[in-house]
Amino acid sequence: MHYLLTEEQKMIVDICRQIVDERIKPVRAELDEKAEFPWEIIKEIAKSDLFRLFIPEEYEGMGTGIFEVCLATEELSRGDLSVATSFAASGLGLIPINAVGNDEQKKRFLPRLASGEKLAAFGLTEAEAGSDVGAIRTTAVKDGDYYILNGTKQWITNGGEADIYTIFAMTNPEKGARGASAIIVEKGTPGFEFGKKEDKMGIRASATRELIFTDCRVPAENLLGREGMGFIIAMKTFNESRPAVGAQAVGVAQGALEEALEYSKVRKQFGAPISSFQAIQHMLADMATSVEAARSLVYYTARVIDSEDKNASRLSAMSKLFASDMAMKVTTDAVQILAGYGYMKEYPVEKMMRDAKITQIYEGTNQIQRNVIALDMIKRGVIQAPRKQVFK
Amino acid sequence: MKIAVCIKQVPGTTDIKIDPETNTLVRQGIENIINPFDSYAVEEGVRIKEGLDADDKYKGESEVIAVTMGPPQAEEMLKEAVASGVDRIVLLSDRAFAGADTWATSTTLAMAVDKLEDVKLVIFGKQTLDGDTGQVGPEFAQRMNIPFIGYVSEIMGISAKKIKVKRLAEDRYEIFEIRLPAAISVIKDINTPRVPSLRGKMKAKSAEVLVWTASELGADKDEVGLSGSYTQVVKIFTPKMVYDVSMIEGTPEEQVEELFKNLKNLNIVS
Repeated sequence: MHYLLTEEQKMIVDICRQIVDERIKPVRAELDEKAEFPWEIIKEIAKSDLFRLFIPEEYEGMGTGIFEVCLATEELSRGDLSVATSFAASGLGLIPINAVGNDEQKKRFLPRLASGEKLAAFGLTEAEAGSDVGAIRTTAVKDGDYYILNGTKQWITNGGEADIYTIFAMTNPEKGARGASAIIVEKGTPGFEFGKKEDKMGIRASATRELIFTDCRVPAENLLGREGMGFIIAMKTFNESRPAVGAQAVGVAQGALEEALEYSKVRKQFGAPISSFQAIQHMLADMATSVEAARSLVYYTARVIDSEDKNASRLSAMSKLFASDMAMKVTTDAVQILAGYGYMKEYPVEKMMRDAKITQIYEGTNQIQRNVIALDMIKRGVIQAPRKQVFK
Repeated sequence: MKIAVCIKQVPGTTDIKIDPETNTLVRQGIENIINPFDSYAVEEGVRIKEGLDADDKYKGESEVIAVTMGPPQAEEMLKEAVASGVDRIVLLSDRAFAGADTWATSTTLAMAVDKLEDVKLVIFGKQTLDGDTGQVGPEFAQRMNIPFIGYVSEIMGISAKKIKVKRLAEDRYEIFEIRLPAAISVIKDINTPRVPSLRGKMKAKSAEVLVWTASELGADKDEVGLSGSYTQVVKIFTPKMVYDVSMIEGTPEEQVEELFKNLKNLNIVS
């Protein structure tokens, strides 16, 4: 297949493939079983400069775009979605710093994240607040040169493993969503502790934890943008990060399709490989077609965002929605093709199916994505205002 | 500290063919790879440099140079070494180098390392996948008149003057501390070569390959290539494994007796 990749983009894909083949595939089942954070692999990813893809050159990044982030995320997801989630979650945590941080904040935090020496995390979700940003209970009260944080964040990816956290807290609770602010909190700050580590259905090797703030004093200079900008920062971040969730979905589906195809060629029933049966052939053809369709939407969306189109929220939501629903279907079909073996932990497809489910849920459930798409369409019409030239 | 790593491009296959006229390896149509043992040598060279760079005393003083003798196509492999962290790459390429045995090869490499000046450590893979002799490293050290430790599995320490290494012997590990300059060969256990970095790959793309010919090395034609070789490959073939099986029958005692007699006849036991 041709994806019109540049030489540099092909290098990114090659590096990720080597990491998947040499470092991820041999250990992914064990990491899943033990629910162990893949630090060794993350370090290898860091040494390969892949975290630099999120960051501009002046802060020691590669100065590439969302498209390159999607390529890397997709390839890593082909190997293991836990690894890809841990990788992408650091990106999610740093997008707000990159998007609205001042130069001093960027200089302080981005180079360490570019080298992968430290990981970032994004702290929005709470027990009663996810997509409903206005329902956040965590507060940040100004006290001289500090904000005092109180509250508990839930299901935070990279929680405990990351060093730099972008936390959403209420600076003005009366104002609802307009009273939320984003502030950077570093691991080790007194009053910042980690709660229980979640036992999950899938992406078990990724870390998902509570963040507990008890009179935690954070320097006021860590505030991102201005007070009350939290909701806008979160939405802006999601617009840029959702295609990467789409890329995760494409990657895990691609991995499952490859396993299913290989298996169908060696598994014999009634004296012939099952790939010679039309029932299996049609399943494989449908799986491959839907993977390509989702990939095209994800790549297109990423390229639109990189062209600095300001109205990418609809496409961004579409790419996440379509790709994740596709991934759930394709991984389920892969288990079906492997049948009894597919249901066993000896083969990787049952894990891929468990892993794929999260892509329909996190960074806004697929129901929320449909809201975003519909509301944007009602506001702007089916055909959006003309975009800038997409392909350079 | 200047560190040289001697690497070789080998055919990525075990089905090796020899040109009957020149008695040299047929390289056409075979994908070439870096000799797997040499990739550990490259990685170790880069790790030593990184370790020295992390020490304030030696910071910024080290350089890793990969050297190979081979045809122009070997450039590709040298560039991959740059992606893995090597600073400079040298290709020794000349018609006159063709047909070299291990002695002529080590002579040529020694001339190159001499020309690089002030190299403190030279690292080899323990042997190549094609030639399989494991002789070039020790012969090189002999020519340079420097110490050589083969089969190194761990670098335990390095300073401006000395290196401490652990090596695998047949039934034990041995630890040596030797003065620099020195040469070592490394085995698989020593490290896991890194996945090349994106910045490394970009750098590799435009990396400059230093090409040195026989005259640039100041080599006498009789010292290098086929004419500088004491040995010549006449024929390479995969040996046929012949198994001669004889079944021994009878009671267990009789079988043991018969087996013992057979082994005695073969002078295996007495």
